[in-house]
Amino acid sequence: MTSIIAFGAYVPRRRLQREAAVSALSWFNAGLGAHGRGERAIAGWDEDAITMAVEAARDCVAEDARQTVRKLILASTSLPYADRQNAGIVKEALNMPDAVGALDVTGSQRAGTSGLIAALESTGGGGAVLCVASERRRAKVASEAELVYGDGAAAVLVGPGPGLADLIGHHSHTVDFADHFRATERPFDYEWEGRWVRDEGYAKIVPAAIGAALEKFGVGADAIDRFVMPAPIRGIDKSVAKAAGIKAEAVQDNLQDRLGTAGCAQPLILLAHALEKAAPGELVLVAAFGQGCDVLLFRVTDTIGTRPTNMGVAGWLDRRKAEDNYVRHLHLAGALTLDGGMRAEADQRTPPSMLYRHRRSLLALVGGRCTKTGTIQFPPSEISVAQNERAIGTQEEYPLAERRARIASFTADSLVYTPDPPGCYGLIEFEGGGRMTVDFTDVDAETLEVGQPMRMMFRIKRNDVDRGFKHYFWKAVPDYRAEA
Amino acid sequence: MASGIKDKVAILGMGCSRFGERWDMDANGLMVEAFLEAIEDAGIDVTQIDAAWLGVGLDTTSIGPSAVPLSVALRLPNIPCTKVENYCASGTESFRGAVYAVASGAADIALAMGVEKLKDTGYGGLPARPRGAFPDATLANSTAPGQFAQIASAYSAKHGIQRDDLKRAIAHVSVKSHANGAKNPKAHLRKPITEEQAVNAPMIAEPLGLFDCCGVSDGAACAIVTTPEIARRLGKTDLVTVKALQVAASNGWEAEGSGWDGSYFHTTRVASARAYKEAGITDPRKEISLTEVHDCFSITELVTMEDLGLSDEGRAVHDVMDGKFDADGTIPCQIDGGLKCFGHPIGASGIRMIYENYLQLLGRAGERQRATPPVTALSHNLGGFPNLNICAVAIVGMH
Repeated sequence: MTSIIAFGAYVPRRRLQREAAVSALSWFNAGLGAHGRGERAIAGWDEDAITMAVEAARDCVAEDARQTVRKLILASTSLPYADRQNAGIVKEALNMPDAVGALDVTGSQRAGTSGLIAALESTGGGGAVLCVASERRRAKVASEAELVYGDGAAAVLVGPGPGLADLIGHHSHTVDFADHFRATERPFDYEWEGRWVRDEGYAKIVPAAIGAALEKFGVGADAIDRFVMPAPIRGIDKSVAKAAGIKAEAVQDNLQDRLGTAGCAQPLILLAHALEKAAPGELVLVAAFGQGCDVLLFRVTDTIGTRPTNMGVAGWLDRRKAEDNYVRHLHLAGALTLDGGMRAEADQRTPPSMLYRHRRSLLALVGGRCTKTGTIQFPPSEISVAQNERAIGTQEEYPLAERRARIASFTADSLVYTPDPPGCYGLIEFEGGGRMTVDFTDVDAETLEVGQPMRMMFRIKRNDVDRGFKHYFWKAVPDYRAEA
Repeated sequence: MASGIKDKVAILGMGCSRFGERWDMDANGLMVEAFLEAIEDAGIDVTQIDAAWLGVGLDTTSIGPSAVPLSVALRLPNIPCTKVENYCASGTESFRGAVYAVASGAADIALAMGVEKLKDTGYGGLPARPRGAFPDATLANSTAPGQFAQIASAYSAKHGIQRDDLKRAIAHVSVKSHANGAKNPKAHLRKPITEEQAVNAPMIAEPLGLFDCCGVSDGAACAIVTTPEIARRLGKTDLVTVKALQVAASNGWEAEGSGWDGSYFHTTRVASARAYKEAGITDPRKEISLTEVHDCFSITELVTMEDLGLSDEGRAVHDVMDGKFDADGTIPCQIDGGLKCFGHPIGASGIRMIYENYLQLLGRAGERQRATPPVTALSHNLGGFPNLNICAVAIVGMH
């Protein structure tokens, strides 16, 4: 039996208030008013599909358990690199051993479920496979997509059971139905008329795939307890369920009003959200539409109630800050260029040779512990930083990413160039030792104080736009799980 | 135990350019302006200089690599020239090179120059650097005001001082320096300000507002040093000699180790303790009559009063508000306006501080002259950030 062993998610903190966008744009496109309800999750300037994947994976798999993962699959249609393995960067940030397989899956809105199917099929021979789906799609200003899309990620760890939910089966249909497309090196989707997508696409392709799948699994549609399907077209999940014979009450919250549709990550986000609420024995059906349809069916096991607490979709949704400044949203989304002044002109090149040399420190935030004095430091060094015992060659690796920290000093800098001023940073001290002066993110400058508990997050530190290179590092955020 | 530098070297002459936004000059011109004053003061010919040092903080925006630009600008007679760089402490580092050359006997007369041309960047504040090296890959995306502003948060938390009380005290620091700078014809900023102006100024890096930050200036300062014996032989009667010259560099403990609480400057405590010992000073509050400290930001000056032992720890706020460091206080600080108002051309600042102390000791400081000329004066020159820096302390006094 192949099972879901663990699951996690990540939703960025800022939520664009759709009404703010609609009121700024309605003079131009009155039709947008139909999408003015609720809010959508928007990634920070320092987040992308890679950083959100890292956070979802951290939410899913504890540090120790990552050592036994055999393969890492990253699914996204908004990967930062066309050629530099994106999953490899996630692997480094998760401090996983080098002896691990890695795979980027992309090219369709089914990438998340197809990645998950690939993961489920890779569990033969033992060992766990981690599938992470993450999406930060760009959308044209004043397009429906700008309001409908959301940013987020989910991670599912699968392996030989027993687990939290057992796989009953999966089934796929592949059809070249170009409801939308995004050409290589084009930033935006080109979408065909929604009525055609609804009537010829969703309404015909998805129920057919579900019917074929359930017949294969030997399960009746009315037995489905939870039906998970993204709904970028309002109500499409309900009408598909009806066409497939699935009970109306089985249709799960599609999160359109709180998160939006996070592309190929959405089916996994919704699956995680459903499992957070699921009871033992329930049947959970996942359907993902995108040039065909993937269908997966899971049976929730008795252990679902004993899983370790994590943030999960519900926790991340509750960690939110409303964004009603539409201009700021455009700027942080890269849709509007504000004049950053000459300070923004500084060369941001990162030498890959330097990055590789220090990848353990820069990507995994591994510090050093002196085996002689116990001193913990970042970064590690040949001669220990301990004041009175300059031990030589005694450092062992000491990962800091999962350690909590407290602010020792801070500022909110209005002079430094950052896309999202003021630049907040300060000296933090890790519980158990170690310190660093580090950027803060997801903070409100006016609430910072000495002693404030913080946690680390993997983020974009600087963006070398001239060369298309993103330099990642860790930043401190207010502790979002103070109780844990 | 080394015998130290005390009284082995005398200042023969000093010069300082006008500081400010010197749109009229590049680094070469500034060096010449400082040099011509210094050599006239020294009363010697350029051919009598045996060796020269040049301190520059940011060579990419100033004069490029090497000390050759110094030799070319001053048309030095092919003597040894050395460029030194230690962040904002480069000026004192240059002075140290010249003083040590004389003390060693390798040179009879040596020259120290510090210069910085900052105002060709096109924007306010210090120049932003390219960021490729490993330290930049982890270092917070920060500016100098932001790095120093952090001291304020840690200091407030440690000593239980309300943010607004500290804000008022650092405002007093700046008001005092503006009042002093107004009397200094070479100063960059010469307008007095009020405490209200300082407190309500636009925020640069919480809690530092515009008036908590020093001037970013162009300028140069120059010293010519020799032995006391040669100085007398050249006709000098009132001699200012070097009493102590100490430098302490961070080794990473503050930034990476544990124990430093972020509220003070470790290297300042180390360097000043060594300097007092070298100068034979046991009670600095009685024996130091004047200070020029590295007031890159008002909070730096306030905390430095404690690190130099001139205020009790946690009490500088009160001493500042009581006027202890005002021009008419018991130990004036920045009587020339300091970095705040005289200005801060990085490489020049350390020598500029010694220049002011030299003038005050000799009673030559004009309108801003301390009524009773001081006997022993200290300068404190800090380069880098609070958690990773180099601190130079120089004490000069009457021989």
